[in-house]
Amino acid sequence: MTNTFSYHVSESGFYGEFGGAFIPEMLYANVEEIRTKYLDIISEPAFQEEFNHLLRDYVGRPSPLYRAETLSRKYGANIYLKREDLNHTGAHKINNTIGQILLAKRLGKKRIIAETGAGQHGVATATVCALMGLECIVYMGAVDIVRQAPNVARMQMLGASVVPAESGSKTLKDATNEAIRDWINNAETTHYIIGSAIGPHPYPDMVTRFQAIVSEEIQWQLKEKTGKDHPDYVIACVGGGSNAAGAFYHFLHDDRVRLILAEAAGKGIDSGHSAATSILGTKGIIHGCMTLLMQTSDGQIVEPYSLSAGLDYPGIGPMHAHLIKSGRASVYAATDDEAMMAVIELSRSEGIIPALETAHALAILDKMTFKKDENVVISLSGRGDKDLNTYIKYLEDHQIPL
Amino acid sequence: MKSIRQTIKDKGANVLNVYFTAGHPTLESTPDIISLLAKCGADLIELGMPYSDPLADGPTIQKSSETALRNGQTTRHLFEQVRSARKQCSIPVILMGYYNQMLQYGIPEFLQEAHAAGIQGLIIPDMPMDVYERDYKKLFENNEIEISFLITPMTSEERIHQADRLSSAFVYIVSQSSITGKQGGISEKQIEYFQKIKNMKLASPSLIGFGIHDKESRSIANEYSQGAIVGSAFIRALDGKGELAEKVSNFMEQL
Repeated sequence: MTNTFSYHVSESGFYGEFGGAFIPEMLYANVEEIRTKYLDIISEPAFQEEFNHLLRDYVGRPSPLYRAETLSRKYGANIYLKREDLNHTGAHKINNTIGQILLAKRLGKKRIIAETGAGQHGVATATVCALMGLECIVYMGAVDIVRQAPNVARMQMLGASVVPAESGSKTLKDATNEAIRDWINNAETTHYIIGSAIGPHPYPDMVTRFQAIVSEEIQWQLKEKTGKDHPDYVIACVGGGSNAAGAFYHFLHDDRVRLILAEAAGKGIDSGHSAATSILGTKGIIHGCMTLLMQTSDGQIVEPYSLSAGLDYPGIGPMHAHLIKSGRASVYAATDDEAMMAVIELSRSEGIIPALETAHALAILDKMTFKKDENVVISLSGRGDKDLNTYIKYLEDHQIPL
Repeated sequence: MKSIRQTIKDKGANVLNVYFTAGHPTLESTPDIISLLAKCGADLIELGMPYSDPLADGPTIQKSSETALRNGQTTRHLFEQVRSARKQCSIPVILMGYYNQMLQYGIPEFLQEAHAAGIQGLIIPDMPMDVYERDYKKLFENNEIEISFLITPMTSEERIHQADRLSSAFVYIVSQSSITGKQGGISEKQIEYFQKIKNMKLASPSLIGFGIHDKESRSIANEYSQGAIVGSAFIRALDGKGELAEKVSNFMEQL
């Protein structure tokens, strides 16, 4: 039965009708090892101590909660930015890779693999592998290697091997396929650090738990600033959904908090070039979990499009699929152009250049209305350094003066 | 028509199950390849349903799947292709596909259509055994569709017994922890694993697949199970030059 009263994962690995572990037998032993051990490992005091120490002294947590004055004036509400962009490596991704590398060490794994889209998760994985002295192989779509060149260089600088995924659309979905195939081939030695709240159970829950620090900090930071321990809105962009999962986690069962997801509409939802999974997707299986995904009536997975390499994933994490279907979360979509306008606006009004993924969460503010004095928290999931080439080219192509 | 289980039982040993991707190299070639394989001594046909995201497959099957999808191959075509092959031969046909493909078709409809087209069995590597047992076992039985589950060197004894109990066709012994299409010799470690399975004296027949590509690897598969499953090696042969009939018979001769 669907338990609509819990938004957490069930004992059997489901969020309502979504989730589960639909994996070939070749992966069963690995996934089962993690499933049976992850909760025990991450609740060990020694694990918690090491995790919290690294988050504080290595990542630089807590990340600030910053009231954006210009945006607040413009939208007539208190707009707070949760500055995950200020983390070491420049995005929220590092929260999860710190957690998973500590887990991998306790599982006795010597080799780490990861997939990456925009390269942020790849960089975060390469970073923790360098820190812990473990071999690191990152799969990245050949197309993304071109559009996110600075991050490729960073991963290589950190000692990781970046392997291009040449199959399919040569983007995030295909990088994930290649990583899974590597894991099948190297099951005993290798831990696969999935970067988003996707994949077979327990990955979505494990990644969400490691990212939950974001909403935990929002709670006490907002209380310090406003006296209230909950915002009226939390807004986050969603591809697979790790950033949104972390920003939502401690508010999932707090009905006072409206949870808002920003999807990538690409060139427009009906343009045929979009990554708006919640609208264009139907129920099915991708990368081992039941969720909403973009597919043909024949069950072939469709290649999504977004200018942003971190959001062009044809699926969405199963927790988010459940939040959307049950009405707990609302979804707005922002196009490439709307996201680009938000990039320019934040850069010039607040002095913060956001990642292109993050800009989708800023872009949907124009589609919403707020009451005066409402507190709105936007997860500023990443910084835009990696996107500068894309930004400059966009400005030139659209003849927007620099 | 004879069941898969009965076909293996009757032959007893040295069973040959040949895999290829439906719609590769062309849509029209699929029924011909089925009947050519039957004529050249294959005992079972395993027909791959090309998928956009074949997680368990190596480059050879990935590429053949891409070709087939580019050719316009769909699930409906597949039923037509088997129907057409049925006019020429009665060799049992097993479909191998991913769970999502069957889910989108609708499992009851898929099973009915498969049976009507003359398909005997299914292999769905990413459908969990307990989901099958809970939701679909009755439906498979009612439609006379047999199923095979996979075991690997990392599968626990408990799960091997579960696969044995639930497989109504045969237990699919994956020869090594890898994706499909690995070439090279069979290691001591693999032999140990085959021996362990043989010693378990499973109730179901078993066939060994993954990395079986020549006489030598096939004879090892024959020694430790009822036979061999050959896939990527045959697809590579189909990709070669020459007439289809010649390619199939040449390949079968060197196996």
